Amino acid sequence: MSTLAPNLAIKDPRSRDAGGGSPPSCGGGGNGNEGGASNGSFNYGERLRRARLGLVLGLTAVMMLFVGFTSALLVRKGLPSFDAQTNTYSRDWTTIRLPYTLLLVNTFILLLSSGTMEFARRAITRQAALAPVKSIPGVSLGEERGFPWLGTTVVLGLGFLAGQLLLWQTLRAHDFFVYTSPSSSFTYLLFATHAIHLAGGIIALMYAAVSSWLMHKPVEAQRIVVDVTAWYWHFMALLWIYIVVLLMLVR
Amino acid sequence: MARGAGGGETIMATSEVVHAHAAPQGFIRKYIFSLDHKVIGIQYFFLALTAVWVGMILSLFMRIHLIWPDANLPLIGHIQPEAYLSLLTMHGTIMVFFVLTTAPQGGFGNYFLPIQIGAPDMAFPVLNMLSFWTTFVAMVVMLASFFVAGGAPLHGWTGYPPLSAIQSAGPGEGLGADLWITSIAIFCAASLMGALNFITTTLDLRAKGMTLMRMPLTVWSWFITAILGLLAFGVLLSAGILLLMDRNLGTSFFLPTIVVNGQLLGHKGGSPLLWQHLFWFFGHPEVYIAILPGMGVASQVLSTFSRKPIFGYRAMVYAMLAIGFLGFMVWGHHMFMSGMSPYSAFAFSLLTMAIGVPSAIKTFNWLGTLYKGRVRFFTPMLFAIGFVSLFVSGGLSGPFLAQPTLDIPLHDTYFVVGHFHLIMGVAAIFGIFAATYYWFPKMFGRMMSEPMGKIHFWITFIGTYAIFMPMHYLGMAGHPRRYSQLTELAYLHALIPVQRFMTYAAFITIGAQLIFVFNLFWSMFKGAKASDNPWDATTLEWTTATPPPHDNFGGHTPVVHNGPYEYGVPGATRDFVMQTDPAIGASH
Amino acid sequence: MGLALLAVIWLITFVSTYFFIWHPWWLPAGASAAAAGIDHQFTFTYIVMGIVFVLAQCSLGLFVWMYRERKSSPPADYSHGNTTMEVVWTVLTAVLFVGMNLMGSKIWAAERFAPAGDSAIPVEVTGMQFAWYFRYAGADGKFGLTNPKLMDPSSGSEAAIGLDSNDPASKDDVVTGTMMLPVNRQVDLTLRAVDVIHSFFVPNMRFKQDAVPGLAIHMHFTPTQVGDYEIACAELCGLGHYKMHGMLKVVSQEDFDKWLAAREAEKQ
Repeated sequence: MSTLAPNLAIKDPRSRDAGGGSPPSCGGGGNGNEGGASNGSFNYGERLRRARLGLVLGLTAVMMLFVGFTSALLVRKGLPSFDAQTNTYSRDWTTIRLPYTLLLVNTFILLLSSGTMEFARRAITRQAALAPVKSIPGVSLGEERGFPWLGTTVVLGLGFLAGQLLLWQTLRAHDFFVYTSPSSSFTYLLFATHAIHLAGGIIALMYAAVSSWLMHKPVEAQRIVVDVTAWYWHFMALLWIYIVVLLMLVR
Repeated sequence: MARGAGGGETIMATSEVVHAHAAPQGFIRKYIFSLDHKVIGIQYFFLALTAVWVGMILSLFMRIHLIWPDANLPLIGHIQPEAYLSLLTMHGTIMVFFVLTTAPQGGFGNYFLPIQIGAPDMAFPVLNMLSFWTTFVAMVVMLASFFVAGGAPLHGWTGYPPLSAIQSAGPGEGLGADLWITSIAIFCAASLMGALNFITTTLDLRAKGMTLMRMPLTVWSWFITAILGLLAFGVLLSAGILLLMDRNLGTSFFLPTIVVNGQLLGHKGGSPLLWQHLFWFFGHPEVYIAILPGMGVASQVLSTFSRKPIFGYRAMVYAMLAIGFLGFMVWGHHMFMSGMSPYSAFAFSLLTMAIGVPSAIKTFNWLGTLYKGRVRFFTPMLFAIGFVSLFVSGGLSGPFLAQPTLDIPLHDTYFVVGHFHLIMGVAAIFGIFAATYYWFPKMFGRMMSEPMGKIHFWITFIGTYAIFMPMHYLGMAGHPRRYSQLTELAYLHALIPVQRFMTYAAFITIGAQLIFVFNLFWSMFKGAKASDNPWDATTLEWTTATPPPHDNFGGHTPVVHNGPYEYGVPGATRDFVMQTDPAIGASH
Repeated sequence: MGLALLAVIWLITFVSTYFFIWHPWWLPAGASAAAAGIDHQFTFTYIVMGIVFVLAQCSLGLFVWMYRERKSSPPADYSHGNTTMEVVWTVLTAVLFVGMNLMGSKIWAAERFAPAGDSAIPVEVTGMQFAWYFRYAGADGKFGLTNPKLMDPSSGSEAAIGLDSNDPASKDDVVTGTMMLPVNRQVDLTLRAVDVIHSFFVPNMRFKQDAVPGLAIHMHFTPTQVGDYEIACAELCGLGHYKMHGMLKVVSQEDFDKWLAAREAEKQ
């Protein structure tokens, strides 16, 4: 695997070049200039790629957590337990009965939020791509006040979490507690772990929103945060589907 | 800065955004919440140094109690049998997690991985800082378990349920055990953050010319270790969460029908073996996480001080990859006696024997590196040589335990304790010592005292053999492990003199570590000033200033033309060619 | 320094090897049918590993002395390795390790793949914090039911394992704290644990097996010599782990029958 030569000039990110940027202040040519960053600014493309790589690795770790849970579930479900009182082996897996309407609504909200998240990601990608154009004095693309996709995603995410709490309340109302049977234990475990990870994603989204409004980070930098969070968010949706399908299959 | 005249090193400005800002000011930003991987590496190192002293003192109390069970010790008074088990549990946990999984990787890996690949910092400096402080929090939580009601848990570092899952199964199994599990869970998160950083950095931040096959073996070892960690710690975390749920939420993942102290508990149907599978799926890669960086350092130091390229660089890389890969397939060899299917046991044992092969290759290659070299006996080299000796000793007891037939008499005896102490508790530690003596000049700008280093080496080398080699004899005689007292089983009485010998050896060896600590701190202030390359070594950390500047290379990015171990190149002006020197014909 | 390393490494090697050969502390006398095979495999392994140990350590010591840097030393050999040698010693090591393992696996198969024979005497071993209990099936050859709710260690052995006296099969079950076995007869053990994991370890029988709550693990061995043998617990089970020991007494078949009959009579 070849390496990319770090190449462009050091620039203080706080001073945005008014013009198209000065040429690189060193030799070495412009190899590795990818990702749309122009001369005189950071190589945001490289940074984005690096952030995405980090995310893939992080998601691998999250996946291993759920691999652990899944293997435990399969083993535990298949285990006949030795009942010392009757000297026999039996299985103690109670059927999982989930409130399907609520489940469907939750799933729909999450998938919808994935959609809005994707729109947010594409919107900021466009903005980042156009940033150098906008920085040319005298050039304007008109006031862009796009739909608040990011905010909508946060709201939908919070809605999903609320839906989760409602789901668990419904389960408890039907005497399906975390300790009722191994099937219930895994149900709550999988739902709760997913919800915690999703909450982390919501916090990341809020950070993205804050960093744009309050911290005035350059849009290319914001884009990286939103992009990475978006892929994380999509992974959360896939994970949710996986959990639901798994619980259906082992019901 | 114009391009240099043809063929020479092209000086390029670094664009790495992580360092396109001025060096931090202020004590807090420079030393406490630093984003600089060098500072973070030193923080990890001192965390591990603290942890190893806690762990050693715990083991000293253990050794004292075994020989003088009625002794009244200062500060802790008389040690009860259950207290012995708490000492044992915490000793193992602290050493494995906060020393062996921290110092080699978080300490030296953090400090030197970026420099050795020509990068100005890790890929994600903020995450790096977070990973250290999360580790710190994990250690605080772990140590807190000593001070809560019931004290620290007594279920061993392996934490097998039901013992670890039932609050009433023993003293320390209450809040202490919950804190223990929580600390480990936090540690998992910290390790995952670190692993992510190491892998991204190695893949993405290498300087021009630093191909994968030109990376020093230390970098390879940190890289592979990080991959192991990324895949293993998630499973440990899952197990820990299930255990916490069994303990506190009434679930039955690991707990079948249980009667404890005459009380029938409400659990049913769970499997204690499930924990063992999950734990050891993590636990076996974990021991390779503990040893691989030491192997990398041994290769690095042996080559430097033999003035010879490492013998079989490619084979060394493939061997480490094979160890890492196979390491995920052998966990069942910890479970031969557990009630697991004997057919699975057979499969695991074959794979375990297979993993001995790459380890043997590495040993042959270390010997091959020394062969026809010009050996210089500086302290780092002594510890690297010691590493090879101890790795051989500890490794060769592996094939005994890998055979289920022989595991029948040897499982859960002192034979196992001797085996893993020689490998982890000594060889891996020697790797850390070698790294410390080798890189101290670069980190702190001064040389450590050679006379003190040599005394430290000799006492430690002989002392650790004296402590841990006899354990094999005890194990063969049937001496079970984790026994607080040796007074009950009649056939143990004949073995007490051996235990006594080991305790005396431990006193001396632990005492000798004070020399190391003194040397470390004294040399930081009073050691002879170090040049940029006191060892005449070839890798990138020796091309830059001592200590390295904030962005590691003082504003320019190195360009690599040579492999990492070009010593004794025929026709060269010196007996070493640095990685940034003009290319030599024979570089691979 | 090179000479010192050579001397110390060789000394440590020879002292360790000396103790392995002289073995003042060694495997206890084997008293079961499997012991000979296990001990043979053990001896083979430690001779092979011992040779490797001596060769590797002595080479290490030799090399660091022979190739120490002196003014008169030739330049270091600029070699990046030798692929042929790598292949050779890789293959040799693999053959050695795998071969050794396959040799020992026959014994493993004999001990663990096959269940106990029909004429084996069934004995149930129950481990609990911190004692072992042994149950004999009596004339009907069946173990009666036990009930965790009935467990009460303070009321004697039968109550300790929760023997359910309502089950007719329990009437002739004998529960003791000492294990008695007839010599030269295979025993079909059923290992159980009540609270935490224990491990039933009889060094002289070369027998070890974890007793796991929730499982009833079947295992067998055949004692071949009369005598008294200590039983140790070999899995950390709590504060009394070090004193959870029992005694196995192997006696002649007649003595065993007499003993069992006496125990049965006591129950009436």
